[in-house]
Amino acid sequence: MTTDTQWPLWEVFTQKKQGAPHEHAGSVHAVDKEMALQNARDVYSRRNEAISLWVVPTEAITASTPEDMGSFFDPANDKAYRHPNFFKTPGAKF
Amino acid sequence: MSIKNLTEEELEKRFHDRIEKGEIIEPKDWMPERYRKQLIRMMSQHAHSEVVGMLPEGNWITRAPSLRRKAVLLAKVQDEGGHGLYIYCGTETLGISREEMLDGFLTGKAKYSSIFNYPTLNWADMGAIGWLVDGAAIVNQTVLAKCSYGPYSRAMVRICKEENFHHKQGYEILATMMKGTDAQKQMAQDAINRFWWPSLMMFGPSDKDSPNSGDLLKWKVKLFSNDELRQRFIDRTVPQAENIGIKLPDPLLKWNEAKGHYDHGDINWEEFYNVINGRGPCNKQRMKQRRDAHINGEWVRDAVVAHEEKKKSEKVAA
Amino acid sequence: MPTFEKMINKNDLVTYCLRIADTSLILGQRLGEWCGHGPILEEDIALTNISLDCIGQARGFYTYAAALEGTGKTEDDLAYLRDEREFQNLLIAEQPNGDFGQTIMRQFLVSAFQYYFFEELKNSKDKTIAALAEKSQKEVSYHLRHSSAWVIRLGDGTDESKKRMEKAIDELWMYTGDMFDMDETDATLIKESIAVDTKKIKQLWENKIREVFAEASLTVPENIFMMSGSREGKHTENLGFILAEMQSLHRAHPGAEW
Repeated sequence: MTTDTQWPLWEVFTQKKQGAPHEHAGSVHAVDKEMALQNARDVYSRRNEAISLWVVPTEAITASTPEDMGSFFDPANDKAYRHPNFFKTPGAKF
Repeated sequence: MSIKNLTEEELEKRFHDRIEKGEIIEPKDWMPERYRKQLIRMMSQHAHSEVVGMLPEGNWITRAPSLRRKAVLLAKVQDEGGHGLYIYCGTETLGISREEMLDGFLTGKAKYSSIFNYPTLNWADMGAIGWLVDGAAIVNQTVLAKCSYGPYSRAMVRICKEENFHHKQGYEILATMMKGTDAQKQMAQDAINRFWWPSLMMFGPSDKDSPNSGDLLKWKVKLFSNDELRQRFIDRTVPQAENIGIKLPDPLLKWNEAKGHYDHGDINWEEFYNVINGRGPCNKQRMKQRRDAHINGEWVRDAVVAHEEKKKSEKVAA
Repeated sequence: MPTFEKMINKNDLVTYCLRIADTSLILGQRLGEWCGHGPILEEDIALTNISLDCIGQARGFYTYAAALEGTGKTEDDLAYLRDEREFQNLLIAEQPNGDFGQTIMRQFLVSAFQYYFFEELKNSKDKTIAALAEKSQKEVSYHLRHSSAWVIRLGDGTDESKKRMEKAIDELWMYTGDMFDMDETDATLIKESIAVDTKKIKQLWENKIREVFAEASLTVPENIFMMSGSREGKHTENLGFILAEMQSLHRAHPGAEW
């Protein structure tokens, strides 16, 4: 070994309570999965903030770019019928 | 409209429009190089401060006077490590690695908060740090939680939640000591006498001498000037001091009805610049401790990478 | 009115709790020395977490010991106002941190012991001890998981890390026998189904050490002379310094509240 590093970066997702989605909490440095999980536990759940953790190598994440913003998301703008409040349901309770 | 076709100037204008509208900038968004650089400078400095900040309090973990205080102090110093970590990770989204940041820090190129170059001489200093130093940090960080850069702002939101416990435990230490023996009262007063002025310096140079403030305010990284935040801190802290009967060591500290603020004496900026530039009481010691930790950890960091590579090559072979 | 027999039992019970508390406190104190000096920020935070668990365990067992004594003492009286010869922590807990490898090795050897120890103690007939053991066992499971992974990484890492881990074993192994020693206090309480018969867990501990050392390509020492003495308060010279530092402020202000 010649170059000293701070190890690769992992993204951490925490689930706050049962049934809730896993949300991005931050990141940690770790060499292997087990270490990433343990570090995530020690860094992002010191106050019982999580009941479940996911760790993902940062380099494994593909993200949309700001340039995609128009072509990716605008086409959904005119599809109001995907939302329940688009529909008129006179008098009925849902 | 694709941003690929825009000129640098048009991009910069769009960026400023977004800032003006109060939009949040995310890592992959276009940003002026100076914005990126200033953020890296400011955020890494902030992260280094958290990590160096572990040392003055870490000093007292082994000597804490009760088991409850020992546990609280350990948890608090640990949080500071966590805060450093959140901010380092936030800074990494700007395209700089933690190695590079540490290199800047350990070679002395990057600065950290001058407050941590003061020694902790008695147990009441744990109270003074929690109440004054973390109190000042909260004033700063509550505002930073609304700054224009998403990862920084999110790290600050998380930190502010945790920092409140730090602030209160510090005040509790002092409040308890002020109700205690004469020796305890003296210790508490001594701690405040030493930490009051340095904690005012934490907000940075006076506005007229703050070189980076202009840009940072324009970009909404900073939302208030150094002096405004310092004033906010003083206004908040004076009544808390009165509440436990501790004296703040500034004879000119007085409520100004017309301004609706406390007036205060002049800060010794000569001391501030000396401490920032390496001539404080503990600069050398703090840097040595951080360097030693880094150097002594190198074989550990190397070993786990070597182990992981072995595991990977075994997998390939199998 | 308590019978004479029950009185003896009570003293044994207090001693037993103090031993567990002392070990956790001294180990926690040692780990606390790492705070701010770890090899990487993440690990700094991890070691502090273990330290915090240890101090929590100590507080639980001290508080119970103080209640059993019934003389109005507090957890702090027990932690801060007893001398070197009164402390009965396991000798291994007071050994110096050394380098990170030695700290991890000490943690692994102790955590593996505590894992099986608390697992057994969960069945104690004394309900308070059983509850404290259950809480501690959860924490120790994590300490064991953490330290085993590190022993494997460092044992099977670079030549240098392997050498350092071998040196750590060499430094610490002689104190592992002390963990399993038993005296009359143990015997009395085992009869009452309150304490752990360490003979029952010794094999489990050894198996665990062998399993992890094998994966770490480290060798388990054979036929090493074992130091003992913790149950008589016969310590290495390390403990005196640990206590001097830990107790100095508390003792300088008798009766003060903090």
